[in-house]
Amino acid sequence: MDMEKSIPLPNRNRRRWLISSGYLAAAGLIGLTRKSQATGRKIRVGMTPAFLHDQHGLLDEWRAFMADSLQRPVEFLQRDSYRETMDLLRLEKLDFAWICDYPYLHLGKAVRLMAVPLYQGRPHYRSFLIVRKDNAQASSMADLAGAIFAYADPYSNTGYLAPRYEIRQMGRDPVNYFRKTFFTWSHRKVVEAVASGLAQGGAVDSYIWETLSHVEPAVTDRTRVISRSPEYGFPPFVSHRSTSAADFQMMQQHLLGTAASEKGRALLARLHLDGFIKGSPTLYDGVARMMRAFGEA
Amino acid sequence: MRWLFNLSFRRKIPLWTSFLIGVSIFAVGAALMARAYDDMKRAVVVSADNLAHTLANTVAPTLLHEDVWRAFEIVRSPIRAKAPKTPVDVDAVVVLGRDRTVFVSSHPAAMPMLSELAALGADWRQLGAEIDEATNEKWPLVLEPVGSNYLYLTLPVVHKDAQLGHLILRYSKSVFHPWFIDTIWQALGIGLLVLAVLIPINWYWGSRMATPLVDLAQRMELMPEKVPDPLPPEVYPYHDELGQLFQAYDRMVLALRDKAALENEAIKSERLAAIGQLTAGIAHEINNPLAGLITVVDTLKLRRDLDPRVLRNLDLIDRGLMQIRDTVAALLVQTKVQARPLNQHDLEDIHTLIQPQVGKRRIKLDWSATMPAELPAPASLVRQILINLLLNAVEAAAEGGHVSLWLGRKDGEETCLSIVVRNDGILLGDEQLAHLFEPFASARAGGHGLGLWVTYQIVTQLDGCIAARNVNGEVEFVVNLPLGDIPCSTA
Repeated sequence: MDMEKSIPLPNRNRRRWLISSGYLAAAGLIGLTRKSQATGRKIRVGMTPAFLHDQHGLLDEWRAFMADSLQRPVEFLQRDSYRETMDLLRLEKLDFAWICDYPYLHLGKAVRLMAVPLYQGRPHYRSFLIVRKDNAQASSMADLAGAIFAYADPYSNTGYLAPRYEIRQMGRDPVNYFRKTFFTWSHRKVVEAVASGLAQGGAVDSYIWETLSHVEPAVTDRTRVISRSPEYGFPPFVSHRSTSAADFQMMQQHLLGTAASEKGRALLARLHLDGFIKGSPTLYDGVARMMRAFGEA
Repeated sequence: MRWLFNLSFRRKIPLWTSFLIGVSIFAVGAALMARAYDDMKRAVVVSADNLAHTLANTVAPTLLHEDVWRAFEIVRSPIRAKAPKTPVDVDAVVVLGRDRTVFVSSHPAAMPMLSELAALGADWRQLGAEIDEATNEKWPLVLEPVGSNYLYLTLPVVHKDAQLGHLILRYSKSVFHPWFIDTIWQALGIGLLVLAVLIPINWYWGSRMATPLVDLAQRMELMPEKVPDPLPPEVYPYHDELGQLFQAYDRMVLALRDKAALENEAIKSERLAAIGQLTAGIAHEINNPLAGLITVVDTLKLRRDLDPRVLRNLDLIDRGLMQIRDTVAALLVQTKVQARPLNQHDLEDIHTLIQPQVGKRRIKLDWSATMPAELPAPASLVRQILINLLLNAVEAAAEGGHVSLWLGRKDGEETCLSIVVRNDGILLGDEQLAHLFEPFASARAGGHGLGLWVTYQIVTQLDGCIAARNVNGEVEFVVNLPLGDIPCSTA
């Protein structure tokens, strides 16, 4: 009970927080941390389909790990489309969010770049153009003209913006390039749509396709990557503009320190990530260029 | 086919009943099977209808918003990862748009988005035509195209009165078949089990019923040459028609036996009567000249001038004539004599009279005579009967054997005198029994062969009856004589 009194209240200064963290690290050793995490203002983190967001067990573990580490209650808010998470951010219903690079740029000054995950050691990923395994003819976007095409999300870079940009680069209008297009609202489902034959082609996040090929190879095995886009900045963790500097710092430190703890490394391994860096908005210049091409920024 | 109907009941009854049991089980089984198939199909249609309504409602907004992926997730939801296992597992779901092209299907590889319905095959072409013709009342449209392995159920997808398209569920009938064959095997198993129980019972019951029938038929076959034996009572101790038939048969056999016995008896009596008449006739014919001859011989013998040789011859002739007279007298049984009633002394006399023979052969004589002081029976005739029977018995009995006499009123009959004489000698053969009372029938040495004949003549002339039989290893003679006008019962 004495311990609870020493737990930091929200919005105290950083020094106090660091002291308490040290103190709590010690408390953790004697097994009281679980009890103590229940106090303080709840931290709300938005999770988007930027990763395999339907691995609920993994998400629960991550949330518990985060709450443990931050000594604050943490809530993960999952939404099935980027748009919904963006709306939650705009409505200040979230403190932090892991969003796609394209929404990050869309949100502009409403959010602050906090951390960028390292995938295969680098803060980059690509857009994969995939077809069904038994489609031996298609080898590039050019072969998919008039096909039925699956996009991930209208606010996805690799699942929407990048393939459309590629079509545009070919001098074609992405609006009528395909016979029919539809959104699956997640990268994983793009893979499923292509694997099942619903769509003849699809654009998918390289990180997700590769992770899925480890987690559920049966699905990715039915698809084939026919082209890889240039690298883009990895979907970043952002904070809302209104989030306090202390919380920003706290969360940023937590993310950057994830790879330092064994538990954190185990978690990162399951996420197929290597860690986090602070990152820089310039990472996303490529996306900004594509957006400008479509007259969006 | 005729041989089948000519089979013995022993086989025919079990065969027919087994056949009928088989046919019944098969018929009931087939009816249940047909019913099961119908029920299964109805269950499929009901289940399909429910599913189709749910899917049509949930898929409507996706049609409205062109949300292909959501629609795909919805139509995939009832599909099992593996091939359908039960008949109610839906095989495929297709949603058609307003333009009758595939909006989405559960199996996009086989039924791709945007394909024309007609391009999917004959079943679908027919389905398209049916949908075009379908009126509002027709929903859900259940279609089982001829020669197709599938059953289709179609519902319109409606959103607020606007028809957005159609939802089609496809069920594989090839799943019906193993399912149905399972049912058949099950039914067959139960049927065989029932047969396994019923057939032995049936065979037992059939042969139980057939055995006495077969027995009866075999016995009837013997008629009319021989009166068959009655059936043993344990063969069929029940009182149904079969039991009644056997009882009637038994009664008939007994009646036939009685009739045969009666006929035999009548023939015998007639024969004896004829012989009696013949002998009486001959005796009279002999008696008349005999009396003359005897008188002549007597007269001749009175003459004194006869040569001694002639006299010797006359004596010879006289003795011969006397023997002829005795024999003829014996043949001519005279019962119309003045008779005094039988009394105790007569019996004592007879007992005394036979003693020498009894003693000579060391016979054990069992004497049981109960009678009042007097009986209204002709004493001399009864004495002759008794002496004849007793002497015969003593002769017939084994050396040192046993002879018994029982004399008294016949059971239950006041007016009937019964005499029973038994001996333990050699039993009488059938041939002997048949000709026992005929004259000179006896093959025994020392007798003149007229004793039983005379006895028979006396008894019949007294309106009585005489019978001989073998009883318990003894030869028995029974004489019943009426004491008055009422004849003795034959029993």
